[in-house]
Amino acid sequence: MTVTAVPNVAEAVETNVESHLHPVASFDLADHPMPGGREEVWRFTPMRRLRGLLDGAPSSAHLDWRTTLPEGVVMREISTSEAIALGVPAPVDRPSALAVAEGGGAVLVEVPAGLELTEPVVIELVGTDADQQVYGQVVFAIGAQARATVVLRHLGSARYVSSVSVLVGEGASLNFVGLQDWADDAVHAGHVGLRIGRDARVRTVTASLGGDLVRLVETAEYDGPGGELEQFGLYFVDAGQHIEHRLFVDHNAPHTRSRVDYRGALQGQGAHSVWVGDVLIRKVAEGINTYETNKNLVLTDGCRADSVPNLEIETGEIEGAGHSSTTGRFDDEQLFYLRSRGIPEDEARRLVVHGFFADIIRRIGVPEVETRLLATVEKELAVIVGTPAGLAS
Amino acid sequence: MSELRISDLRVEVETESGPKEILKGVNLTVRSGEVHAIMGPNGSGKSTLAYSIAGHPKYTITGGSVTLDGVELSQLTVDERARAGLFLAMQYPIEVPGVSVANFLRTAKTALSGEAPKVRTWVKDVNAALERVGLDGSFAARSLNEGFSGGEKKRNEIAQLELLNPKFAILDETDSGLDIDALRIVSEGVNRYTAQGDRGLLLITHYTRILNYIKPDYVHVFVDGHVVEEGGVELADRLEIEGYDRFVRSAAKVDA
Repeated sequence: MTVTAVPNVAEAVETNVESHLHPVASFDLADHPMPGGREEVWRFTPMRRLRGLLDGAPSSAHLDWRTTLPEGVVMREISTSEAIALGVPAPVDRPSALAVAEGGGAVLVEVPAGLELTEPVVIELVGTDADQQVYGQVVFAIGAQARATVVLRHLGSARYVSSVSVLVGEGASLNFVGLQDWADDAVHAGHVGLRIGRDARVRTVTASLGGDLVRLVETAEYDGPGGELEQFGLYFVDAGQHIEHRLFVDHNAPHTRSRVDYRGALQGQGAHSVWVGDVLIRKVAEGINTYETNKNLVLTDGCRADSVPNLEIETGEIEGAGHSSTTGRFDDEQLFYLRSRGIPEDEARRLVVHGFFADIIRRIGVPEVETRLLATVEKELAVIVGTPAGLAS
Repeated sequence: MSELRISDLRVEVETESGPKEILKGVNLTVRSGEVHAIMGPNGSGKSTLAYSIAGHPKYTITGGSVTLDGVELSQLTVDERARAGLFLAMQYPIEVPGVSVANFLRTAKTALSGEAPKVRTWVKDVNAALERVGLDGSFAARSLNEGFSGGEKKRNEIAQLELLNPKFAILDETDSGLDIDALRIVSEGVNRYTAQGDRGLLLITHYTRILNYIKPDYVHVFVDGHVVEEGGVELADRLEIEGYDRFVRSAAKVDA
């Protein structure tokens, strides 16, 4: 395990994560040297396949932006220092530090306080060149008492390093959907940092289906008591693909809640998934409740699923804390039950995997995205268990 | 006229200390129109009989046969057995997250009949079947058995029995864990099924209580992996008074 040196100043600033599992968050690129690959937070990542993503070569290239902004939503460019002044969570690793340092400013998407959207904010970022290095910093600011659904979708080909900050105001309600629909040759390393206001409710759904390598660090911290966070995730990893989700929920305020449920299926030689779910419950975080779970369904030989939940608890005055992790093949009992009703084995397998993901997908709340994801899952399943025999939904 | 014939059935299960024989030569024939009750103490192998007939992978048939209208069931896969007309209502129905009851039932019905049921009448049929067992229509949209109470799971099994309407049904301790109202509702569902007159029922139970609602034509006492006594409904009455002790003791003697 790598012990990261904590600068002296950290002792005076409570915002520094005392967790031994996490490097210090910092905007200074110098605090995030090039990893060698043996560090705790990099040990699962195939460094060579990052294709120079972390070298820090300057680039002013951008992904193409396609946006759908409901009335009242404002999008504008801001400088890096303006972004920092907004209170975006500091970068936690080299990719996010690079995205901030090299991004040349950020794009800010604002949902003004009190605005209740009925249509989703949709932002599609499209890569057009698999060899082009792109840095991107995006900030979502959801005003107090506002209500919004945001879809951030990545597609196409790129070498993409990203920092996404999601600032949720007091009492706001946000449904944030992050989609990694990359083409087969894309590589993406990024950070999604949530800051959850007092009594705000946040649900995130992260779906990573495409790309050669995707490594997302998703962090969450609270800006006051009473915040509620639900994070759902799904990934479908094919032969040779590396999909990594590293979550860190920092219970830094009392009476906050978090619930994490990530599910993945793996198929084909060299399919590799990584899920790390860390939760830190600080001394001040009395009366909190947290539960994390990760389930992996291994559909063929030759796959590898790493699943590591961690809980660090600094106060016993909590309502509840737990986690679970399962990795396995099909549940024989489920298959038996379905087959005992006449459903052929292939169809039963399809139903089980379909259900495994549908349970997550139905929480997205954007019908168009739900339909597309279900169709993608069906397509992936066709490879392994055959084409569906006319099942309607 | 259909017939489920179990002849000298021997079944073993893999244990830590090697294979163990659970069924030691079971003989039993159920014809359509008949209701058979299998009664026995815990651990006698009643559930093993149910699951091995349905084809659960945990159990290995080592001898004898089970045929449905002459077709050897052990040669068929689990789903082929169901399509041959067999249904097993389970003691502990399995939860399948994300698969709705409606989707599951439609897929099963399609597999059993070879064609998709008509959308308009099917939705009505499903809702009616659920309501008959006291489950409101919202259950159709819920994940299969997920978050259902024990009683709701059993009711759902009986709704499936009525909708899928198999030639032969085995009910594995469907009555256990049910309160008196649920027991009555479940029994009424079973009686509607048998009232068709051309269906066969094998009712596996530990208690005589359910026989107040479902009248068997035959009662089989099951001890130590085989049938030790057979009779009519009067045998159940005797069990109610005497319990299984008499049979368990004589079985122990035979083993010794």
